[in-house]
Amino acid sequence: MLDFLKNPIATFQDFLFLSGRAFRNIFRAPHYADDILLQMDIIGVGSLFIVGLIGFFSGVVMALQMSRALSTYGAQGQIGQIVSITLVRELGPVLSAVLVAGRNASGMASELGSMRVTEQIDAMRALGTDPIQKLVTPRLIATALVLPLLTIIADFLGLVGGYFIAATMLNITRSQYWTSAWQVLEYNDLTQGLLKPFLFAIVVALVGCFYGMRTVGGTQGVGRSTTKAVVVASVWIFVITSMLDPLFVNL
Amino acid sequence: MPGDSTIVRFEDVTLSFGATPALAHVSFEIKAGETRVVLGAAGSGKTMLLKTAVGLVKPDSGRVYLFGQDVTDLKESQLFDIRAKVGILFQEGGLFDSLTIEENVAYPLLNQHSLSRNGTLPAEEVAQRVREALRFVELEHTLDKFPNELSGGMRRRVGIARAVVTTPALVLYDSPTAGLDPITANTIISVILKERDLRNTASIMVTHRYQDGHLMANFRYNPSNGQIEPAAGTRREGVEAEGSQVSTRFLVMQEGRLVFEGSETELKASVDPYVQKFARAGTA
Repeated sequence: MLDFLKNPIATFQDFLFLSGRAFRNIFRAPHYADDILLQMDIIGVGSLFIVGLIGFFSGVVMALQMSRALSTYGAQGQIGQIVSITLVRELGPVLSAVLVAGRNASGMASELGSMRVTEQIDAMRALGTDPIQKLVTPRLIATALVLPLLTIIADFLGLVGGYFIAATMLNITRSQYWTSAWQVLEYNDLTQGLLKPFLFAIVVALVGCFYGMRTVGGTQGVGRSTTKAVVVASVWIFVITSMLDPLFVNL
Repeated sequence: MPGDSTIVRFEDVTLSFGATPALAHVSFEIKAGETRVVLGAAGSGKTMLLKTAVGLVKPDSGRVYLFGQDVTDLKESQLFDIRAKVGILFQEGGLFDSLTIEENVAYPLLNQHSLSRNGTLPAEEVAQRVREALRFVELEHTLDKFPNELSGGMRRRVGIARAVVTTPALVLYDSPTAGLDPITANTIISVILKERDLRNTASIMVTHRYQDGHLMANFRYNPSNGQIEPAAGTRREGVEAEGSQVSTRFLVMQEGRLVFEGSETELKASVDPYVQKFARAGTA
């Protein structure tokens, strides 16, 4: 009767196995420092422009939309607070993670998937390397290090975007905007603002690698894995953030 | 009980993916210096046979012995040392396309730690062995190229160089000639013969081309002129037991089952219509 649950549960179990091995390998030799740096460059430097751009525009949009609502209360001076809180707590982490999922979870799934279907993963095992150690763990470490940094940059550029609107359209002074934006932030906000991208990074990297490693069925299979990786990683980002929010909202 | 010179031994090995059997009760063995040619239709389990032999795939039941050691239940980390004694040419070569040819061929030397005493080989020795292996397949000039810059036949030859750079006692070839024109295919087979006859390695070759098996069984590499020639001459000189006809046996697989095992003569004489299909292809 519950047969339809069999597949998803088996898949989730495989995912947990892969995750366990990927984490265990962090503390085991050999370490592939070159691969970690290469991935940090691909994920971090490579995503810098798009993450910054989207961060900036989300700040712009936030300031524009909120200014109208705030003006009904005559509270336009609070625009810095609103932009700051929404970006640091929620939008910065989620948007950066979704972008990195789209850029890099797909990249990992297609790269590892192609390696899988052309037997490069088997060749790796045959030639004395653990593919999880060589391929998955470096991507996990690199994403976990880089995504929080990307998020900080996105948050900052979002605040700059908000300031751009505040200064040009709402006649708010520089010190008024930045003081309210800065002072409203509490440790609680910063904690979740940095914890979230860290968790998202783990999910994005592991999901991307997981679907890549279990690719079957040639080039078509690579396409399927890539799609699945992006969709599943994005869904998990939103699930995780909505599970974390209740923990932090009342603090 | 695998004997001393037995290199690979399958005992009633069964493997299935879901409902479809990939290997069904397969038993065979190969001794040092011998050759096995595995024929069969696409999807008959030929590739799985090779992957199971080196523990890349675990059988559902039965035992697999490699160099006298039961590898059926070994962990991946324990398998690495045994696999270092085996060279594998994957279908299409299996080269790492993000690495240069030199890095590809050096890969097993740098990553199979059991090959050296203290875990790492000196860089000069690696470079020298890589060059030797590439010279062996006549591709020394491709060191800095990437796999996608080479033709299909060249990639296969690099794959062979990577498989034999560690001087393994056993080399597995997965469809070395698939998708190649007949002339290139014969070049590949002569490289395989060269490896087998110069280093006396045991070889298992999976193929769908009977012609490949025929060459493996009846030709040998002549080191004096660098060509392959019919092996019949050597047998007439009274070394019949060492002639490759004797040590080359054919296996035919059908839907995971081993339906035939024997010499080329027996293969040709078989009355099984499925087996005949592979014996007749070559005579045409």
